[in-house]
Order: sequence, then structure tokens, then C-alpha cells
Amino acid sequence: MTETGSIQSTVQAITTALKDKPGALLPILHGIQDALGYIPPESVADIAKTVNLSRAEVHGVISFYHYFRKTAPGKHTIHLCRAESCQSMGSKQLEEHVKTRLGIDFHETTADGKFSLEPVYCLGNCACSPAMQIDNEIYGRVSANSFDAALNEVEELA
Amino acid sequence: MSITIYVPGDSSAVSLGADRVATAIANEAAKRSLDIRLIRNGSRGMFWLEPLVEVLTENGRVAYGPVQTGDVAGLFDANFTQGGSHPLCLGLTEELDYLKKQQRLTFARIGLTDPVSLDDYIANDGYRGLSNALKLPQADIVKAVTDSGLRGRGGAAFPTGIKWNTVLNTPSEQKYIICNADEGDSGTFSDRMVMEGDPFVLIEGMTIAGIAVGATQGYIYLRVEYPYAHVALNTAIEKAYQAGYLGADIQGSGKKFDLEVRLGAGAYICGEETSLMESLEGKRGLVRFKPPLPAISGLFGKPTVVNNVISLASVPIILDRGGDYYRDFGMGRSRGTLPLQLAGNIKHGGLVELAFGLTLRELLYDFGGGSASGRPIRAVQVGGPLGAYLPESQFDTPLDYEAFAAIWAVLGHGGIVVFDDTVDMAEMARYSMEFCAIESCGKCTPCRIGSTRGYEVIDDIIAGRDLDKNIPLLRDLCNTLLNGSLCALGGMTPYPVLSALNHFPEDFGIKDKAEAV
Repeated sequence: MTETGSIQSTVQAITTALKDKPGALLPILHGIQDALGYIPPESVADIAKTVNLSRAEVHGVISFYHYFRKTAPGKHTIHLCRAESCQSMGSKQLEEHVKTRLGIDFHETTADGKFSLEPVYCLGNCACSPAMQIDNEIYGRVSANSFDAALNEVEELA
Repeated sequence: MSITIYVPGDSSAVSLGADRVATAIANEAAKRSLDIRLIRNGSRGMFWLEPLVEVLTENGRVAYGPVQTGDVAGLFDANFTQGGSHPLCLGLTEELDYLKKQQRLTFARIGLTDPVSLDDYIANDGYRGLSNALKLPQADIVKAVTDSGLRGRGGAAFPTGIKWNTVLNTPSEQKYIICNADEGDSGTFSDRMVMEGDPFVLIEGMTIAGIAVGATQGYIYLRVEYPYAHVALNTAIEKAYQAGYLGADIQGSGKKFDLEVRLGAGAYICGEETSLMESLEGKRGLVRFKPPLPAISGLFGKPTVVNNVISLASVPIILDRGGDYYRDFGMGRSRGTLPLQLAGNIKHGGLVELAFGLTLRELLYDFGGGSASGRPIRAVQVGGPLGAYLPESQFDTPLDYEAFAAIWAVLGHGGIVVFDDTVDMAEMARYSMEFCAIESCGKCTPCRIGSTRGYEVIDDIIAGRDLDKNIPLLRDLCNTLLNGSLCALGGMTPYPVLSALNHFPEDFGIKDKAEAV
């Protein structure tokens, strides 16, 4: 099967399985992003048709929520907290370090496709600020050094 | 006899290495042929001591912390499995001052039990509230909650019993219970700790709410940033179904209550109840105009209770011990306890559940031990990103909804973020406007556009341009946001902005406070 065909069938399978839930659109979009890492813009029409909404409505929902992506993420996604508690413990300096080290800004992916960087507004780890998340792993009291160590560890595992 | 060792599975503890410590303990025990039972409990909420390892001894649980993997072999050498002495030994957990001084009602079990063990839950007073509720007429359940004086712990502090009563008295073939678990405020983590550390208490609270008002379907709207809570809740819900605590016939009563977790998608605004309902309906999280109140026309147009995690998690103990028991804690119109969260630049950050009435200063210094950096505390933001910044002169304010309202501040969800004297309050004010711009749902013009104009004006102020014009302009803009927004995002962003300007005018380039008007 071609890649496009496989994406299409994944989207279709998830959408069909969840479409009868009340308020099904968010669970469907989560399902697709969990499976593919993002919500391919070309799948909007299929989703819309299956859940009986207009393409504009589906696109509107995808674009409203920060978490939903329209492009494929890097192999690993780093969520760096920008909120007040982390700022009180030096997250702005950490943010500069992370951006320099990765050579990218927020909402970007490194050229080698390894890392995407996203801002997050609170991970609920505020007594251990600054906080970040790499994929599903959460880190507290992050310093420039511990960020580098975490990044190396993730790279080695890859 | 096997040795019981506790290593928290709470995500904050994990963020400091608890998983690695748990593995190291298991490996070391195997190496030494020791028979241990390793339990991943919730966190006690003393995060400067995490990972906090506890060992069950005949005298009680002995705590060691903060433990890193490198300490594990030494702990075994020191015979910590029998409570042996070691530089990291903190003594009996229950005797630790930070815990001993608290009044843990909602957090009674957290850190004690295995969060997803239904047996542990029941052995520690779990499901006693539901058992009482099943014997009561609906109106009496609602009355117990009303009598307790419980007010919404999500921040708005609306009396929970009154909300329930409206839903009870609104006839409908379908009603809903929604738990607002979109804990988006920076500096707050009490909801997360409950969901990770004692998910059954939330499930029980929601079940009681459902029975009380006649709702058969519940949704927990959980923020996607909390993957650990998601797993804990789903595991606990599955166990509750298996044991007949959820489903079509709860404990043989013939009452039905179904429960499902739904994930948000990173929109702060969806913590606002009407926006949350739009999101649950599968739409953009645009704020709805009220009235109609959600209690009359909420999710899918049906009568709906929307309560915060802590509000719902406080219900089981109220039904277990009675409304009077809960109401006897607290001061004035703030009854019961509030789980406060000490965060940011604080030496002893963590969870402190206390009856209302303690002063902010006592919390910051007696519990918090001052700043983490050792520098003077300059400003404290209470109540999340929409809460006011308080200067040192206001630290003697008691933690009480009305006392905070009287100084144009909010207690909110009980999150307290501490800043030392290196903070630039003009930058913090700018951030508040920027955050509002990023998170605005776009429905109200003052919030959608005013927030962007807000950080532009503050940029001008920071650059020292036309202060005599730009300061009044910023105040005027804040006034428009305050009065021209449907919800708290636009309506309260002026709190952090104006409190920063009023209390710290020097950071805005104004030498004399009188000029800051």
C-alpha cells in the first residue's frame, strides 16, 4: 500500500470506530494524532464526511487547539514550560539555551528531523520548576546541563 | 516476612528520578535476596524531598529522601529496610513537621496508599461516602453538600450545593456530571496529585454527584499535559466498573452512573466551564454566554454539574463524616480546607492542605522556608495566571476568599507562585498580556485584540516611551478588558497586569507611586 493510502486507511479506521461517541471530534483527532503524530491536512475532508460536519468546522477545531499538529513532528517532541512558575526559576535562560542547542525556535523541527520544540503552559510540576517534557517523560528542576544530559540520553536510545 | 517499600509514582517525583530509584531498589533487593514489596504510592507533596522513599516498620513508615540511584546501595548497607539510620533518613513520615501541621481531609489518603488499588482505597475509608449516599434521598445528599459550605475549588468559589440543587430541580431525561480537570493555571498541581495519587476519590465524588442530581453520565475533561493522571484514572475507572462501583447497577442499588475520561488539547480557555462543554461537544472551545446556566442548559443542552477535581474529591468525606464535620474547618464564608500549592522560587515547595485562615506569610515562611534562591521574596502570584501579584506588604492577608477579594486579589485554585527580588514585574505584566493573546478564544474583542495591544503598550512602557500617555492607556485598556469580556480570561488578565503596575511601579520606569495612575 502507498504511504498516502495507509494514512487514509488509518484515518478512516479511527474515525469510523469513534464517530458515534457523543462529541466525537476531539477523541477522533486525538486518535489520529496518536497514530500518526499529526493530523494530515488532506484527511480533513474524510473526517468531515464521516462525522457529517463541514471541512471548515473540522479545520476550525484542529487549528483552535495548540496540541493538534498539521505537520509531522520530529522523532522526539520537547515541550518546554513557559509559564510563571518556571519563569521564577529561570526558564527564560533555559529557553535560550534549548533554542541555541537545538538551533530552532518554538514550533520548529530540527533539520535532521530528530527534535520538535513546543512551548507548553504548565505541566503541573510547579514545585520542581523549571519543567519540561520529552515525549511522555517529564523532567523537573531542569538546568542547561541536565537538559543536555537528557537530550543525549534520548539520542542514545534512538 | 516481606518488606514493604514505597517509592512515589507521582509525575513530579518521577521528574526527579523516582522511576530509576524504584528500579535500583528492586535490583538491589534481588541482588541481596531480600523479599520486598515495592509500592508506587502517590506523593506526600513534599517535593524538595522527592524521590521520598518510605519503609514500613513496626513503628510506622520511615522516610528517606531525597534519594537518588547512587544512594540505594548505601541505604541497603545501612539496613534501611528495618528503618536503619542513614544521612538521608528523615524519621517517621507522620512526624515530619510539614505534614504534621496540615489538616488533610481531601488529601487524607494521598501518599499513603497504592493509588490504583481498590482494596487499599476501601481499607482506608474509601466508598463510605457513597455507601451513605445510597441510603439517602437525593435532596438530602445535596443538603449535606450545601451544609458543608463547600465552594467551588476551581477558583470561582461558587457554592457547590446550590449548583447541585439547581440541577436536581431541573427536570430532564438526561443530565451530566462534568469534572473540570483542565488544571491549566501555572503554580497549581493539586488536581493532578489527586488524579494520580487517589483517583478513586474523584470517581466516588462524581458517582455521589450523579446519584444526588439524577445524572447517569459523567465526563472527566482532563488536560492532555497530564499523561500520568490519564493512565491512573483509566485504570481506576476500569476497576470501579469491575467491582460494581460504576455502571448500570451501582452496588445493587439499581442506580446507574457511567464515567469516561476525555482529553483536552492544550487550550487554556477550556478550563472555563462553557468553553469546556463546547470542547466536549467536539467543537472549538469558544466561551458561551451565560445565562442559560450550565446547571439548566449545559452539555448538549442538558442540565449539567460542572465541578473542579478538588470540589468533587471533597464530596466523599462530606458524605462520610457529615456536612458539619467539614464546615467546622475554616473561617468566615470559606469553609473546610483548601489544598494550597507552593510553587516557583520556594525552598520547600509542595502541597499544603489547611483550613482557610492561615496568612500568606505563614505559608511562605513557616511551610515554604522562604525562597529557593535564598534571596528575599519580592512578589507572589496567587490564584494562577489571572491572579494578582502581591507585594510583601500584603503577605499578612489571611487565605480566605473574601479577604483576598478585599485587596483586589484572588485565592482561586490555591496556587502560589513565588518570585525573588530578581523578578522584573513589567516583564511579568507583559507576559500576562501575551498569555491572554495566545490563549484567547477570540469571542470577545477586548480579550482578542486588547491583549495584543496590551503587550505592545507594555513594550513601549518598558522602552520608556511616552509614559505619561502609555500608562493611562494601559489602565484604560485594562478597564475595557475587565468590563467587556464574557469570561475570566479577558476579565481577569488585568489583575496581574494592574497589580504589577500598582505595587511595583519602579519596574515600569515610574519612580513615584503617585505617577502610576
